[in-house]
Amino acid sequence: MYKKTNKFVENKRLKLSNSQLKWETIFRRILIAMSILLVVIILGVLATLIVESMPSIKSLGIGFLWGKVWDPVSNIYGAYPFLVGTLLTSFIALIISVPFSYAIAIYLGEYNPKGWLSDLLKNAIELIAAVPSIIYGFWGLFVLVPIIRTFEMKIGVAPYGIGVLTSSLILAVMIIPYAASLGITLIRMVPSPLKEAAYGLGATRFEVIRSVIMPYTRSGLFAGVLLSLGRALGETMAVTMLIGNTSAVADSIKNAIFGPGNTMASVIANEFTEADHTEYLSALIELGLVLFFVTVIINLIGKRIITRFTND
Amino acid sequence: MKVMKSLKVAVVALAASVATLSASAQDNTLLGAGSTFVYPLFSKMFSQYTATKVNYQSIGSGGGILQLTNKTVDFGDSDAPLNADQTAKMSAPVLHIPMTSGAVVVTYNIPGVSAALNLTGKDLADIYLGKITTWNAAEIKASNKGVNLPELPIVVIHRSDGSGTSFIFTDYLTKVNADWAKRVGKASAVNWPAGLGGKGSEGVAGLVKQTPGAIGYVELAYAKQNHMPFANIQNKGGKFITPTIEATTLASNVVIPADSKVSITDTDNPKGYPIASFTWALIYKEQNYGSRSKARATELLKLLWWNIHQGQADCAPLNYAPLSKSAVKVAEQILKSATYDGKAIL
Repeated sequence: MYKKTNKFVENKRLKLSNSQLKWETIFRRILIAMSILLVVIILGVLATLIVESMPSIKSLGIGFLWGKVWDPVSNIYGAYPFLVGTLLTSFIALIISVPFSYAIAIYLGEYNPKGWLSDLLKNAIELIAAVPSIIYGFWGLFVLVPIIRTFEMKIGVAPYGIGVLTSSLILAVMIIPYAASLGITLIRMVPSPLKEAAYGLGATRFEVIRSVIMPYTRSGLFAGVLLSLGRALGETMAVTMLIGNTSAVADSIKNAIFGPGNTMASVIANEFTEADHTEYLSALIELGLVLFFVTVIINLIGKRIITRFTND
Repeated sequence: MKVMKSLKVAVVALAASVATLSASAQDNTLLGAGSTFVYPLFSKMFSQYTATKVNYQSIGSGGGILQLTNKTVDFGDSDAPLNADQTAKMSAPVLHIPMTSGAVVVTYNIPGVSAALNLTGKDLADIYLGKITTWNAAEIKASNKGVNLPELPIVVIHRSDGSGTSFIFTDYLTKVNADWAKRVGKASAVNWPAGLGGKGSEGVAGLVKQTPGAIGYVELAYAKQNHMPFANIQNKGGKFITPTIEATTLASNVVIPADSKVSITDTDNPKGYPIASFTWALIYKEQNYGSRSKARATELLKLLWWNIHQGQADCAPLNYAPLSKSAVKVAEQILKSATYDGKAIL
């Protein structure tokens, strides 16, 4: 009796587990292969960048990072103006976009999570991310630039219209959806018992958001901001069209913000196709390498901040 | 089941199209790549040339040169002759065959001034050096008597992307202004001492149109199609020349060296427009490389021969300048010097 039952149970389990086990293994292997592939690609990119920028690293050394002149004719290359431009545009854009993306996330996550208006707004925000950057560039050039120029005339700076501020504004619009979308999802995922308990204790909506939702979603919201920042650092086309593309270093803070500048991604996009000698090409690739490291460093700092927040 | 069936059909269709694509690349379609400047002209020419199909990719002069270096195309096209570095990378000697010439014009946006401006080369360079900063500067006034120039700051606009247009423009400034030659020099992208960069012709045009007091440079064809004003530039003979197709052709009607690798900016021709240049098709002198057949090499040379003769009729309607007589003669000699196994092809 005992034997029979055992056999029966064993058989059934074996039958199932054979195919189940097979799929389990295949699935796991696919996952591992995909993850390894991703790491291999990143390492491959890094290795290619290092190898290809060797001629430039050898001839210019570490001075490449703070050299202020970019002169392809006499083979002098310095990344400083572009490094500053990249960081400046990205962080200004981030500062402008964060209040908007947080407000959107809170409104659509907590105040108005359901219904046609909520769906409409959410779709509209996701659409912002889907617009090609060249469209943003042209819109900026023909609509935003004249507005900024009028504004610049009023406050008495050189009325170029294009420049660091203009490109930061466009960048801000472009990166809003990344933090906002993630934020909406996270805020909707806050367990209702937590919120209901707070309401039950007599908290107002604002107090619930401040003391329950924010602490609960803080690290996730910050991760969304990091995602936005990564997008801003690498954005090329729209920035190229609006930043003015000058490699001169600004002489004052006012000029650094309102005046023209340049970013690493935009220099690469502008000059790569016609880079006609080895040192030049290599210097452009080294610029890519610097951008790679800037992104890595900023991400590492971000991760540290997230861990710290979560530990609190 | 239905899904599987339609999937199968799709896969078969895809495979078939890939097969035909690769087949068409392998048969007698000639492949070319390079300058974007010459692309509209080449499209027109190649659509009319019936003997062979030609597939020309407008990826930029630098890209075209790279593809020829890697021997993935039959010919390249560049707005500037190969430099020392590029020549060294080529495994064999390369021929430059002039295809057409184009002019770069100086465009501007000065509210209230409708007359065409006169500019000397030296002043133009000084503007781009940031030395002349307002439109009513004495130097500009001197060449524009009777024009009421406003006291407006000049906003210098240049191309931000590496381009043949910038090469022609800086090549000219280098010839006419010693200070420019010393401080900046000529290249498809330089260290611009002043001003803002716009991406592509459309970027420069957009900024010039919007910014009061702006000055920029674009190709003649682009300026004409977009109804932009352009300045008359003083040539070597001291005359202010309006950029036209005829004046551009005249610029190349000078003594041209046998290899045609000559800059025709600041031309000696008294009626020529000074900011002009050839664009060159590039081919290997010895056509037997890789596994090329003699028939393919002959097709290529016939095509280029047609380009410099019958094909020239397509130039003017598209605002390109046809080759001058002296340029055609030189081009003929260069094409005749191409060989297959050491023997002349044409």
